[in-house]
Formats: sequence, C-alpha cells, structure tokens
Amino acid sequence: MRFRRQPTALAAALLLAATLAAATGASAFTLEEFRFENPAQEQEFRELTGKLRCLVCQNESLAASQSDVAQDLRLKVYGMMKEGKDKDAIIAYLVDRYGDFVLYEPPFKPSTYLLWIGPFLLILLGGFFLLRALMRKKSVPEQGLNAAEQARIDQLLAAGEDAKDPAK
Amino acid sequence: MARSTARYLVPLGIFMALATLLYYGLSLDPRKVPSPLVDKAAPAFDLESLTEPGKRLNGDILKGRVSLVNVWASWCPSCRQEHGELVRIAKSSDVQMIGFNWKDERPAALEMLQAYGNPYFLSLFDPDNRAGIDWGVYGAPETFVVDPQGIIRHKRIGPIDQQVWETEILPVVEKYRPKG
Repeated sequence: MRFRRQPTALAAALLLAATLAAATGASAFTLEEFRFENPAQEQEFRELTGKLRCLVCQNESLAASQSDVAQDLRLKVYGMMKEGKDKDAIIAYLVDRYGDFVLYEPPFKPSTYLLWIGPFLLILLGGFFLLRALMRKKSVPEQGLNAAEQARIDQLLAAGEDAKDPAK
Repeated sequence: MARSTARYLVPLGIFMALATLLYYGLSLDPRKVPSPLVDKAAPAFDLESLTEPGKRLNGDILKGRVSLVNVWASWCPSCRQEHGELVRIAKSSDVQMIGFNWKDERPAALEMLQAYGNPYFLSLFDPDNRAGIDWGVYGAPETFVVDPQGIIRHKRIGPIDQQVWETEILPVVEKYRPKG
C-alpha cells in the first residue's frame, strides 16, 4: 500500500522541496498537512510538538522527526487538540504512556532535583573553595630567607660577579 | 606533608569519580526508556484478531495467567531474529504468549507466522497504532510481562534471546505465576 503510489514529477518536486526544507533546519511538517481552524491553534500545535521528543529519533522533536511513530503521535496530538483537549491534558496523556522522557524539558520533581539544582550547587561550592583559597593566600605571612639560603645566594651572586670579570 | 599530598589526591579523586560516572553513562543504552506503565494495569484495548479476522479481543484475555505481550511486525528484522526463541518459549513454558502485531499489514504478518511458526496463543492486530500509543510502544520488538491480574510487571525493549529469557523475563514470570 505504502509503495503503490507512482512517482510523478509533482511528487518528486515536493520531495525535493521537503528535503531542502529539512536541510535548512526548518521544523516544518514536510510529509503531511494538518488543517487548523485558526493561526493560534496552529501555533499551539507547533509549540506542543516542538516540546515533545520523538522516541525513535531521540535527538529530534516530534515536530521535526520523519519517523513513522512520530507521525502517529502528531496525528494523536492533532486529534486531541481537535477534541478540545488543552495543552496540559495532551502532555499528561503522553507522559502517562511514554514517561518524562517524551518531554525535552524534564519536570522539576524529587528525582530531578539534582539535575536542576546540581549546577548551581557546583558553582556555589567552587566559589566557596576559591574564596577560601584567596583568603588563605593573603593570610600567609611572608617568610624571610633563613641563614643557609642567604649564604647560598651570596655565594651564587659572588660567582656571577667573578664570571663577568675574567680579568680579576 | 599530608597537606601537599591531599592537594594532588583530591583533584585526582574528583577526576576519577567523574570519569567513572561518565564511563557508566557510556555503557547505558539510550534506547532503553523506562516505561511508566510498569506496575500499572495494562491499558485497555479492543483490537481485531490477526489470525481470525472479525474476532475482537480485549483486556480479558490477559486475566488468569501470566502473559507475554510481544509487540512485533513483519518489517522488523529484530522481530525475525527473536522469533525462533519465542517459538521455543511458547513450546517449553506455560506462559501465555500474546502477539501484538503493530503497524503491519495482515498478509505480510500472516506470511511470517506461516514461514517461521506461530508462537502466539492469540494475536492482536493493530495496523494503525491505536492501541500501540496507549501501551507506550515506540518500536518493535517490545515485550511486556503481564501478571494474572492484568498488571504490567516488566517491559523488555529489544529482542529476546535465550539469555534474556532466562535471566530477565523468566524470573518475573515465575514471581507472578499463580500458585497451586
């Protein structure tokens, strides 16, 4: 069924256009068309599918992915929007089935506290150690040379003087 | 002395810890997404039978026995790879093997069962991914272990071989097998 269609010039042109659109990084839907009642609804659909992750091609959003499963899920999201479900309900529907993984932005909850707060904790910790190191440096008293070191320096300096003046 | 040793050992320790963590991260398979459905009731479905067109099958078929619900398709090479093992399990075990034919075409699916044997006690047919989305399916093969009360107890992503069956799936099946 999927392969029955004859490749026509129009299809070839569409495919080319789709490839070009994909190549330029546009997140446009290239293989299907969804009809919306108003631009706001379309905007919401794009936002929603941009926030959701395709589980097959994991670095792609649901909006950008060409995978078959992504298409099924887009249709599902589209269908639920048509039914009048709001954004949160649609997201909850997908999270219930696919887990938080389907979201690009992980939710803030106990299992992700470390993920969200960790970097700030590390900055604080680093700042603390940096400050401490700086304070300590200042408080270390400058130490003079001991007698043996002074004698060695005098000796080296004297040797240098001798080398400079071979006539002596 | 102890102070200057610590000065070198602490960063080394931090580096080693980080390296271990990242190395562990490398060994994980990003395709294995934990299913939120484990320990929840299997999603309701009402699908046509693959092998008996017209016959409807629903969640009642999962009641009373431990079932393996195996998501497969004829276009999926890994499914073909695990098929022999499924046939073997169906013969040697009392687990109820349910086929969940997903995003497939009936003639191709039946042809594969004809050619490689049919391990399934019952076969669900979901050509347009209606129930598949409810089950959180995103690829084939996937296999769910469902207990006699119809609760999902385990999800396996990827093909099953003898080792996976013995170490990963059989223990779950045995845990939930009805006693007596």
